[in-house]
Formats: sequence, C-alpha cells, structure tokens
Amino acid sequence: MALGLSVIFGVVRVVNFAHGEMMTVAMYLALMLFTALKLDPLVSLVPIAAVLFVFGYLLQAGLISPFINRPEHSQFMLLVAVALILVNLQLIAFGPDAKGIRTSYSFDSFKLGPLVVDAAKVYAAGAALVVAAALFAFFRFTLTGKAIRACADNYHGALVVGLNVRRLYALTFGLGAACVGAAGAMLMAVIDVTPAIGPAYTLLAFVIVITGGLGSMPGALLGGLLIGLTEALGGVLFTPSAKSMFAFALLVLVLLFRPQGILGRKAA
Amino acid sequence: MDRRQFNKAAAAAGLATTLSPAIVRAQARRLKVGVLLPRSGVQAGIGQDCHRALEVGSRILADLGLPGLDIMNGDTESNVDVGRARAERLISEGAQLLVGAFDSGQTTAIAQVAEQRGVPLVINIAAAPPITEQGYKFVFRNFPTAPMILGDAFANQLEVFKATGVSPKTAVFMHVNDTFGVAMQKGFSGVMQKFPAIPYKVVDTIAYDPAARDLSVEVTKARASGAEALVMVSRLNDAILITRELVKQRWAPSAILSMGPGWYEDQYLKTLGKLGDGPISFVPWYDPNKKLAKALEAAHVKAHPEINLNTNHIYTFEALLVAADAFKRAGSADPKALADAIRATNITDNVSTGPGIQFDAKGQNDKLRNSAIQNRGGKLVVVAPASASNAKPELPVRAYDKR
Repeated sequence: MALGLSVIFGVVRVVNFAHGEMMTVAMYLALMLFTALKLDPLVSLVPIAAVLFVFGYLLQAGLISPFINRPEHSQFMLLVAVALILVNLQLIAFGPDAKGIRTSYSFDSFKLGPLVVDAAKVYAAGAALVVAAALFAFFRFTLTGKAIRACADNYHGALVVGLNVRRLYALTFGLGAACVGAAGAMLMAVIDVTPAIGPAYTLLAFVIVITGGLGSMPGALLGGLLIGLTEALGGVLFTPSAKSMFAFALLVLVLLFRPQGILGRKAA
Repeated sequence: MDRRQFNKAAAAAGLATTLSPAIVRAQARRLKVGVLLPRSGVQAGIGQDCHRALEVGSRILADLGLPGLDIMNGDTESNVDVGRARAERLISEGAQLLVGAFDSGQTTAIAQVAEQRGVPLVINIAAAPPITEQGYKFVFRNFPTAPMILGDAFANQLEVFKATGVSPKTAVFMHVNDTFGVAMQKGFSGVMQKFPAIPYKVVDTIAYDPAARDLSVEVTKARASGAEALVMVSRLNDAILITRELVKQRWAPSAILSMGPGWYEDQYLKTLGKLGDGPISFVPWYDPNKKLAKALEAAHVKAHPEINLNTNHIYTFEALLVAADAFKRAGSADPKALADAIRATNITDNVSTGPGIQFDAKGQNDKLRNSAIQNRGGKLVVVAPASASNAKPELPVRAYDKR
C-alpha cells in the first residue's frame, strides 16, 4: 500500500489522500469475490489489482489531471472529496458492520521455537514481495517503466523528447492504485473491513513513506519494515497501547535528522 | 358583518376553544424520546443491536398500558463530539427526554448537554461511575457502574470456581483503552481486594486501542506472561480479534473471564462458531424467571429469531420502560415533572437481574445485580448466580485445536 503511495507521489507529485479508501474498495472486492466464488484473496488480488488499475487510470486521466499544475491545497481538497465519496458509497453498499472472510488458513500459524507466526501474514508478506519485485522489474526493464522514470526525473525534459506525459501519469496512478488493490486483497486475509478503516491506513502509509523517503520505492519497503518492527517491539517491550507512539517517535527522529526520509533524495 | 356571519364566527371560536385542551391533551399522550446510539463507526454493531429493543419494546409498553413514545433516532457515530452535537440537535428538534448512549464517553458528553438544557436523560448502558457523581438533576442510570459490575463479577467468579473445581493461580488482565475500560481497570484491583478468596494473582495488565485492527502484539505479550486465565474488559470487534489471535498463537487459557461486552454477543458467536465457545461473561443480564423478561424474550425471538436476547436489548428496553412509566405518572412532558417522576420510579415487574428499578439520590439504580453467562454451542447459558441460572459452568476452556 505504501509502495503505491510512493509510486504516485514519486512520479505524479500528487499526494493521494484517498489511498486508504481505495484500499477498502479493494477489500470489499475481495470480500465479494470470496463470498460469490470462494476465491482466495491471495488469488483474487490479481483481478482486483487490474480493476483498481483501471480505476486509478481513469481517476488520474479524468479528474486529477486538470489539478496537476494547481496549488497543492486544491489537490488535497480534491482527493479528500474523492475519499469521502468512496467512504459513503461503501457505507451505502455494505453498511457500517465489520465484515471478514475465513479462509482455510485463517487460523493457521507456524511455530518457530518460541515464536508463533501468523500463516496469513506470512502468505500476505510473500505476495507483497512478489508485487514489489514485479513493480521494480517493470520500472527497470520495460520501456514504459523507463519513460515513467524519465517523467519523474525531469518533467520538462520528458515533454521535450516527446513523451506523452499525461498518459504516463495516468499509467503511474493506475499502477499505484493496482498496488493498493493488491494490498487490500492481501489485507482481507488478515483483518476485517469496515468503510471507516481507510484513514487509519492512509496515515500509516504516510508514516511509512515519509520515514522511508517520499517517492522512493525501496524507501517504502524499508519504511514499512522499520515501522512494523518499531510498533511490535515497542508493544512487547513497553506497553502495547503505546505502540503507535513509538512509530511516530521514529518518524519525528527521521524528520529531524533526515527530512527527505531514510532513502529519499534531497530536493534540488 | 351580518348576524349570520357573526353567529358562524362565534360558533367557530367556541368550537376552537372547546377542542384546544383536547388537542393539547392528545399531544401530551405521546412523549418525544431522542434515542442516541452509536449506529455507525467502531461500535456500530452494538448500537444497531440496542436499536432492536426500540422496535420490539414499543409493543410491550403498549401491552402494559403505558403511553406511546415517539422515537427520534440519533447516531453518535461512536464519537464523543458527535454524540454531544446530536444531543443538542435532538433537543432543538423537540425531544422531551433522551435515552442513550451505550458508551461511557459519549454518554458523559450527552449527560452534560441534558443537564445544561434541563432535559431528562435515561442512560441505557454506560458504566463509568463519574456520570452519576456530578450532582446532576436530570440524569438517571438504570445500569450498574463499573465497581458494581466488578463486585458482582468477583462474587460470581467464586461461585463458578467452586462449581467447576478449577482455580487458576495467575491471570493477565487485558482491557480496552477507552472511558469504560479505564474505569473498569481503575476499579479492578480495589474491588478485587474485597474478595480475598479469589484464587488468581494478576501478573500483567495490558491496555489496547479500542479501534485496533490487529491485536497480535497484545496477545503475544499476554501469552508471554504465562498466565493461566485471561480476564477481559473489551468490546465486540476486539473480542473477535483477540480470540482469533488466541487460536493463531495456540494459547488456550484455562478460563476466559470477561467483565464487559463483546464475548457473548451474537456477532461474536456467529463469526467464530465453535471457536467462540467457552468464555464466561460477567455482565448485567436478565432474570429469565421474571414475567416481563419472558414477554420481552418472546417478542424478541419473534422479531429476531436469529439473535439472542442480550444486555443491549434488555437495558435499552428498560430505559424506554422508565421513560414511559415516568411519563404516565407525571401526566406531562414538562422536563422537571418528568425528572421528578423518574426519581420516584419503583418498577418491580422488570427484566434485569435484581429486585427492580429504583433510583437513589444521585440518579443511579443501585439495586441491579449481574449474572455469569457462558458460550455453549453458539448459545448463551446462565451459570451464576444459582438463583437465576439454567446451566452449570464448564471449565477449563477446551483447547482450540481439539474442537
């Protein structure tokens, strides 16, 4: 999820404040596919990512594109409005109750000495690594990926050499949304969904990408790892109710000593 | 104006004068009750559960010969500030009495509004003691406070341990970190000292976020304490999350003792199936032998056959009962007359466990008693006190992998 946020900001330079709500859309899609077709969320993540890709592409091409060169507060208001619309549509469609799915491995765990590891989280982590690797490969080895990176590096240069920046931006937003779609499907194997959970995950994604470096894909992965470890260790060694405090403390330290994030690049 | 016109006008005026008190009396036959519940947000499931009592309750009140209530619904969205704003709005829209609001934090805010505006509030569910310790004149609570719940919980635990022969030596206490959970946590050790026969010692206390989506760290820490029993003060969603983690982390405490909502609720039982069997909840409940309890249960089963009658229905219904009974005796919707009538309430034909509904000088029903109920085969059985039980308790809790 954080990877999607980072990809979108890194290229399009728009902070997606509807990120968490897009994730809950994906979670509800996973729920529907599981209910109707008994499709495991780790399988349904592929079609869901595709659907979210189309959604993200159309959202960027149709709605966000005119706001690209407008002040940041306009972009902020636009995406907050999108988030509110998504939440309310979900409330109308699914109601406020928590809904979950029960796969064959929902209650499984692996015992490694004194450690007990949740099987669903291990599978989701594996799927997340595959998605991240595919994204890295796309940006590194395909012509379209290279063109998107060129847009991110030098907007005017990309225009000068004739790249269709508008289309590449839509493609990038679609890819970011696809990441969110995959994340939502994977998360459905781990937690229940309600329309209200989006903002908490948007905030978490922000903390992760700011810690790792906004716009840096390896930074998003590193940030996720660091925030997760900080919360878990803080919870076990001190008090669980204060685990978020440790994550935010890490964020404050990063902002103080390395404002661009651990793997982020300094603004020119 | 000629003579005929004058006579018509005079007749119309006379008719209006004659009928107007009747119209006023007719208006006063129904009470506008603003019911504030968390119908959306984190506590939405419980708020909607409380709402079911409104649908079923009105028919029973009519059967009892009590006046009708016009229910005005308000959604607190599980949020204190929203609860306060909705209370203000309901009063502005004509609510003559408020009922609500399940959560102690939201109820505290609503109580302040009710007192400021001079509109009676009958609390259905909220256990934080300070609500009725403020010297309020318009706030009444027919629900036990946290110390009352705890006191009865320990008394019923002793009964359960004696009946089963299971006496855990250590326990970990986990509580939700909201107004209710913190009130229970503060009262826990103090009340426990009054019950020296309680066999277990609390080896760790773990607070957690009420809106948490993942409680693996919390359960890991509880499991690492090596405690034999798990003592819980939770809500619905977190009770489900904790049970899932218990299964995943392969930890089956010998006893799961809950002193709050969550563990006995239908969504818990339905979501977890056989994994939900075993926990014992020490909760404000109903006396199945009471006439009105039987009537409420029958009406509830008819309306909602798939849902067990529970605390949410019982106390929301009783809040309406208090309102209708007071309105009948007051004969007026005047707020002060209503408040005086509520203060003088003496309902012995009620639903909840205990001798009935009466309020002390602080507006608290201090006569309420709790029960111990256990999840068995997707149903709830009352296991203590013996005078109101319909089954014997079963401990230790069966290991999750052997179900």
